[in-house]
Amino acid sequence: MDLDYSKDQQTFRADAREWLQQNVPATALESFDTAEGAKQHREWEARLNAGGWAMVPWPVEYGGRGANLLEWLIFEEEYYRAGAPKRINQNGIFLLGPTIMEYGTPEQKARFLPKMASSEEVWAQGWSEPNAGSDMANIQATAFRDGDHFVLNGQKTWASRGAFADWLFGMFRTDPESERHRGLTFILVPLDLPGITVRPIEQLDGLAGFAEVFFDDVRVPVEHQLGEQGKGWSVAMATAGFERGLMLRSPARFQATAKRLVELARLHVDSIEPSVRDEVTRCWIAAEAYTLDTHRTVSRLLADGKIGAEASLNKIFWSELDLRMHELALEILGDRGELRPEAPAAGDVGSWLDGYLFALSGPIYAGTNEIQRNIIAERILGLPR
Amino acid sequence: MDFRFDEDQELLQNTVREFLQTEVTPGSVRTLWETETGRSPELWKQLAEIGLPGLLVPEQHDGMGMGEEEMVLLIEEAGRAALAEPVIATAAVAVPLLAELGGALANEWLPKIAAGEAVVAVGHPVSPFVEDAHVADLLLLPDGTGALHAVTRDAADVTAQPSNDPSRRIATVEFDASESTRAAHGDEASRLLAAALDRGALACAAGALGVCDRLIGLAAEYAGERKQFGKPIGSFQAVKHMLANVKVKLEYARPLVQRAAHSVANDASARDVHVSMAKLAACEAATSGAKVALQAHGAIGYTWEQDLHLWMRRAWSFDHAWGRSPFHLGRVREALFTGALPIGPGTTFRGDA
Ligand SMILES: Cc1cc2nc3c(=O)[nH]c(=O)nc-3n(C[C@H](O)[C@H](O)[C@H](O)COP(=O)(O)OP(=O)(O)OC[C@H]3O[C@@H](n4cnc5c(N)ncnc54)[C@H](O)[C@@H]3O)c2cc1C
Repeated sequence: MDLDYSKDQQTFRADAREWLQQNVPATALESFDTAEGAKQHREWEARLNAGGWAMVPWPVEYGGRGANLLEWLIFEEEYYRAGAPKRINQNGIFLLGPTIMEYGTPEQKARFLPKMASSEEVWAQGWSEPNAGSDMANIQATAFRDGDHFVLNGQKTWASRGAFADWLFGMFRTDPESERHRGLTFILVPLDLPGITVRPIEQLDGLAGFAEVFFDDVRVPVEHQLGEQGKGWSVAMATAGFERGLMLRSPARFQATAKRLVELARLHVDSIEPSVRDEVTRCWIAAEAYTLDTHRTVSRLLADGKIGAEASLNKIFWSELDLRMHELALEILGDRGELRPEAPAAGDVGSWLDGYLFALSGPIYAGTNEIQRNIIAERILGLPR
Repeated sequence: MDFRFDEDQELLQNTVREFLQTEVTPGSVRTLWETETGRSPELWKQLAEIGLPGLLVPEQHDGMGMGEEEMVLLIEEAGRAALAEPVIATAAVAVPLLAELGGALANEWLPKIAAGEAVVAVGHPVSPFVEDAHVADLLLLPDGTGALHAVTRDAADVTAQPSNDPSRRIATVEFDASESTRAAHGDEASRLLAAALDRGALACAAGALGVCDRLIGLAAEYAGERKQFGKPIGSFQAVKHMLANVKVKLEYARPLVQRAAHSVANDASARDVHVSMAKLAACEAATSGAKVALQAHGAIGYTWEQDLHLWMRRAWSFDHAWGRSPFHLGRVREALFTGALPIGPGTTFRGDA
C-alpha cells in the first residue's frame, strides 16, 4: 500500500488548482435547467475545454489530457474544492464518452468526442420510456432500417437536460420480432431532426430539468449506431456501469457536501441536539469511506481490474448518503429549513433546500436502489431470482 | 498512490484462511466453550507455526517482523473462522507494546510469544475488563495514575466475568502496583496506552469484517436452500434487500479498516481518528449482520444448536472490546467539531505518512 502522491501527481494537482483558481466564476451560475443558465454553463464548459481541463482522462486528440483515473480523481477533488459549476454535459462526458471510447468506430470517436468535450454538443440520455422504467428491457420505441437510415418512432421520457440538449443517445428496438433485451440497438440522435418533438417537464424544483422526446418517422443515418445492431443492451450496460460507479458521482462531490454540513453544524453547535452532531459525524465518515473505496477501485482498475456488479453498491451508498446529508442540514437549519433562499428571513439557508430536492431523486435515477439491491442479492450474494 | 494490499499480503491471508478452515470448525469452537479456559494450547502452538502470534515480533526476536497491514488481513480470517484464541490481546496489542517498551521485557517475552509459548494480555482504561487475563503468562496493566505495569499472573488477582460470548473470556484484574512492576510512566505510558488502544480497536474492526462476511455467507446459503411457499426464501425481495443492505455496510467498512491499518503501521497523525472510523463502521456492519442473518434464518437461527450464533456472538464481542461505538464515534466527532482535522475534497490522504 502506498498512500503518497507522486511528484507528478502533486504537480498535476497544483496545475489544476491554479487554473481553477483563476477561472472559476466568482458568482454562481444560474441553474442549468433554465435557458440562461444552460447558456452560462456551456460557456463555462468551453472555457474548461480551452484550458484542456474538460475531460482529463481522455486522450489528447479528443480534447483530454491523457490522465489516468487517479489523476481524474485528483482533478475532481480540485474541481469540487474550487466550487466550480455543475457539469451540464455530464451525460455526455461521463457516460456516453467512455462508452464511445469502448464501442465506437474511429470515425465516431473523431466525430463525437471533441465536440462532447467542448460541450458544443450537449447530450441527453434517452433510455426511459413511459412503460420502460426499472424494466428497461421493455423498451418499445422502434428504429427500423430503411436503406442507409433508421426510421425512429415512439417516445422517450425523463431525459435529463433534454430541454436544452443537442443530441440524445438511446436504445431503440431494431428487430420487430424481438423481445426484452434482444433486438435493441444503441443509437445517437441529433435532436434537431424533422419529426422530433421535445417537451420539457418541470421537476420538483419547478425547473425544466428533464424532457420527454417524441419521434415521428425520424430518419437517422446508420453511422449513428453505436456497437452492433441488436446488441444495444450490452453497450448500455457499460454505460450504466459508469453511471452507477465512479464516473458520474465521484467522491469529491460528497466530500464537499459533507464539509459544508460539518461547517453548518459547527456554526449551530449550541442549538442542535447531540444526536444531530453524531449523525453529521457518521455522514462525514461515510463520505470518507466512499472516497477510500473509490481509490481502492481505481487502484485495482489501474492494475488491470474490471468493474462489475459492485457498481450497484456504490449507487446505493452515495445516493443514500447524499440524501441523509441534506436531511440533516435542513434539520440543523430548523425553522428556516423550509425557506427558499430569497426569503427575507432565509439567512444562511443557502442551497440546502434545492440540494435536498435533488438528493431525493438519487435513489430513483441511474436505476432505483431497489433494483440495485436485487442486483447485489442475485449477482453478488448469489440468491435465487 | 496504490490503495491495495499487495499479492504477498493476499497470499498470506489465503494461507491462514485455508489453515483455519481445516483446523477451526464450529464443532471445535463448541468443544472449547465447554472447557475451563476456553483456550487450546495445542491450537496456539499450531498458530505459532504459521506465524500468527509472532507476526509483529521483530525478526531479531524470532518473529515475522511484519506490520498492521498483514495483521488486519489475518485477524479478518480469525473472525471468519470464529477463532477464540488470544490473537488480538497477544499478537496485535501486547507484541508491539513489548517491542516499544524494549529492554528485558521485550527480550524475555517476544521470543516466547513467537514460539507460541506465552500469552500476554493487556488492560486499558477504555474497559473495566481484561480479555484473556485468565490464560496470560504476563499482564500489562495501567494503574490509577496512568503508569503501565508488567505483572505475572500469579502476582495478580484475576476474577472471571462470564460474558455473552463463551469465546470471549474477560476478567477484572487487581494487582499491587510498585516500583518493581512499573514498566513505563508519564508521557511514555500514555503514548503506549494510546497506541495499544488503537491497535486493539483496529484488530477488532478487522475481525468484525470477517465475522460480517461469514454471517452474510451463512444467511445467503440458508436462504438459497430453505423453501417456503414453494420457493427458496432467498427469492423473496424482503430477504434479498436486507442482506444487500448489510453487504453495502460491509463493503464500505472495508476500505476504512484498510486505511486505518496503514495509518497505524505508519503512525499517521490522524491514526486515532482513522481507527475509530474503522471500528465504528466495521462493528456496525457486523452487529447488523448478526441481526439480519438471524432474521433470515427464522427460528432455527434462534437455537443454541444452530451454529449461526457463534458469529453473532463474535460480532457483539468485537463491538464491546477496545472501546464501544459511542467511544469511537465520540473521538471522530471531537476531531470534526474542534476543527482539528482538515476535511473536504483532497484531504483524505494528506498527512498520512
Ligand atoms: C431526476 C431524474 C433524472 C432522470 N434522468 C433520466 C435520463 O436522463 N434518462 C433516462 O432515460 N431516464 C432518466 N430518469 C428516469 C429513471 O431512470 C427512472 O425513473 C428509473 O429507472 C425508475 O423508473 P420509473 O420512474 O419508471 O419507476 P418504476 O420502474 O415504475 O418504479 C417505481 C417504484 O417501483 C419499484 N420497483 C420497480 N420494479 C421493481 C422491482 N423489480 N423490484 C423492486 N422494486 C421495483 C422502484 O424501485 C420504484 O420504487 C431520471 C429520473 C429522475 C428522477
